[in-house]
Amino acid sequence: MPAEYAFPDAAAKNAAGGFETEKMSLSMGPSHPSTHGVLRLQMELDGEVVTKAEPVIGYLHRGDEKIAENMTYNQFVPYTDRLDYLAPLANNMAYAIAVERLAKLEVPPRCQAIRVITAEMARISAHLMGLGAYGIDVGAWSVFLYSFAEREKLYKLFEELTGARFTTSYTRIGGLQRDVPPGWTGKVGEFCRQFLPILEEILQLLTRNKIFQDRACGVGVISREDAIAYGLTGPNLRGSGVPLDLRKDKPYSGYEQYDFDVPVGTTGDCFDRYMVRGEEMRQSVRILQQAVATFPEGPWHATDARRIFAPSKDKILTSMEELIQNFMLVTEGPQMPAGEVYFEAENPKGALGFYIVSKGGGVPWRLKIRSPSFCNLSILPKVCVGNMVSDVVSILGSLDFVMGECDR
Amino acid sequence: MTAAALKAQFPQVTERPSLDHPAVNVPAAEVIALLGHLRDRLGFDMLTDVTAIDWSSRVSPRFTVVYHLFSTASHAYVRVAADCADDASPAMPTATGLWQAANWHEREAYDMFGIAFSGHPDLRRILMWDGYPHFPLRKEFPLAGLDAELPDPEVVAETGARARPAPMAGGPFVASSGEMNLSEAEPRAKDESWNERRPKPEGAE
Repeated sequence: MPAEYAFPDAAAKNAAGGFETEKMSLSMGPSHPSTHGVLRLQMELDGEVVTKAEPVIGYLHRGDEKIAENMTYNQFVPYTDRLDYLAPLANNMAYAIAVERLAKLEVPPRCQAIRVITAEMARISAHLMGLGAYGIDVGAWSVFLYSFAEREKLYKLFEELTGARFTTSYTRIGGLQRDVPPGWTGKVGEFCRQFLPILEEILQLLTRNKIFQDRACGVGVISREDAIAYGLTGPNLRGSGVPLDLRKDKPYSGYEQYDFDVPVGTTGDCFDRYMVRGEEMRQSVRILQQAVATFPEGPWHATDARRIFAPSKDKILTSMEELIQNFMLVTEGPQMPAGEVYFEAENPKGALGFYIVSKGGGVPWRLKIRSPSFCNLSILPKVCVGNMVSDVVSILGSLDFVMGECDR
Repeated sequence: MTAAALKAQFPQVTERPSLDHPAVNVPAAEVIALLGHLRDRLGFDMLTDVTAIDWSSRVSPRFTVVYHLFSTASHAYVRVAADCADDASPAMPTATGLWQAANWHEREAYDMFGIAFSGHPDLRRILMWDGYPHFPLRKEFPLAGLDAELPDPEVVAETGARARPAPMAGGPFVASSGEMNLSEAEPRAKDESWNERRPKPEGAE
């Protein structure tokens, strides 16, 4: 316990048997506004200082991995929406690429570009949500109002593209659900143009705000070594000064064509993690602008994948062979070779990994979801200790986790 | 990095078939030494994932523990797999001494498969509740779930509620042909077996 928080003459009184102190146990959550879902923190307090923090998770466990073993690869796509439900398009893409790696399937450039655009839009919307919620956690309500107005514009675009705002289920193995509607990429460009000045406005509400700085600077410091040892990924890892971004270091879906920077923090405190997220949104806008400017023509799904990608509807209704192909895909699932793949994508919360063990056929034998929020939360027992209860709220907000993904 | 490169130090390491990253098989007794070697000598400083595979009760060895390591310097992955010797009570030495990240991953593998990680500092269930009797990701565990006690004795005493299997035929939206139609086979949270037109069966709640 820091000396300044201790009762002035506690040692003297204790020595004389003047008063007795007792540790208090406090259960925070699973239904608590600052635990962002159904995380429960079982804490042990000495006064207002946390001496022990034990996260209790699993309240949102739905057995996604068990479900995946019992359905075809295509049927599992909607379940990936429900992992990180703040960025379903990024999850869809990560899952599709993992299965395509298993099938040794290359998707055409247009499909890759659409996936990059949707994933970066998902990143912006997820970070806006994370930022707004963090603002509320530390008492800055207005950030939430501005960031949600922008997020709503993104969801309008998602709705136009996929037909759904949240549960998009947009990718298919070897392609997408549909091509982009006419004029949609222009609207994305228009969003980027008007979003940049508003983003600066939103960040200004926090970055130079003395109250916010007091709540975030020097709080919840995660060292570089700890971040790697606990398997942190995403902005939480980069906030601790590790310049690891899988889009840059293990490029997938054509990320190597785009020019963007990877922001890193210096001290690894809550403020650094916030700054990394803010800068990532600017970089995502850069990627979006490049992707819209160089948006390729051509097919939007793998054309040679007869045993994997469903034929178009008009072909199904007019041609016997395509009808049979569609029937086989729906009943048996896309046919995969036997083998193992592990693919991680750089999602808004960190590296979302899919480990697929296939024995051939249309159903995975084992599908493990490596969720970034799960790993990011595992550092809580270490980072909360020694902080005040109100700082725990700030740490939780800066770690920006999603329980749907953590509990699976 | 291949199995051949590791042979000198670990003669029992064999190449594991893989479609993407380098992968090796290693006996359970040597897995910690190999992971330590990969971390300290070859730069795989990050443990990204620990999980297990159940190859079904007809196969022996039945359980395989799989580690995925990542190098923040060379940006490469490596997969290390080790079979659990005992099919009835599978065990594996813990990697928590090398990475803190192994703590929760191993707890999850224990929770889902019942693999005891020897030397683990805090081997408890993590996603299911303490005292849950089954290991859900084992192949014999049905998708619908199994009957189990709920964790809170007070709630159980008051309501008599239990964790019951979900009503579904074989799997979500899977109808066995001829036995029932699709709308009857869909999983339902609510008991809809009776309504205004169909009488309530004996013994329904």
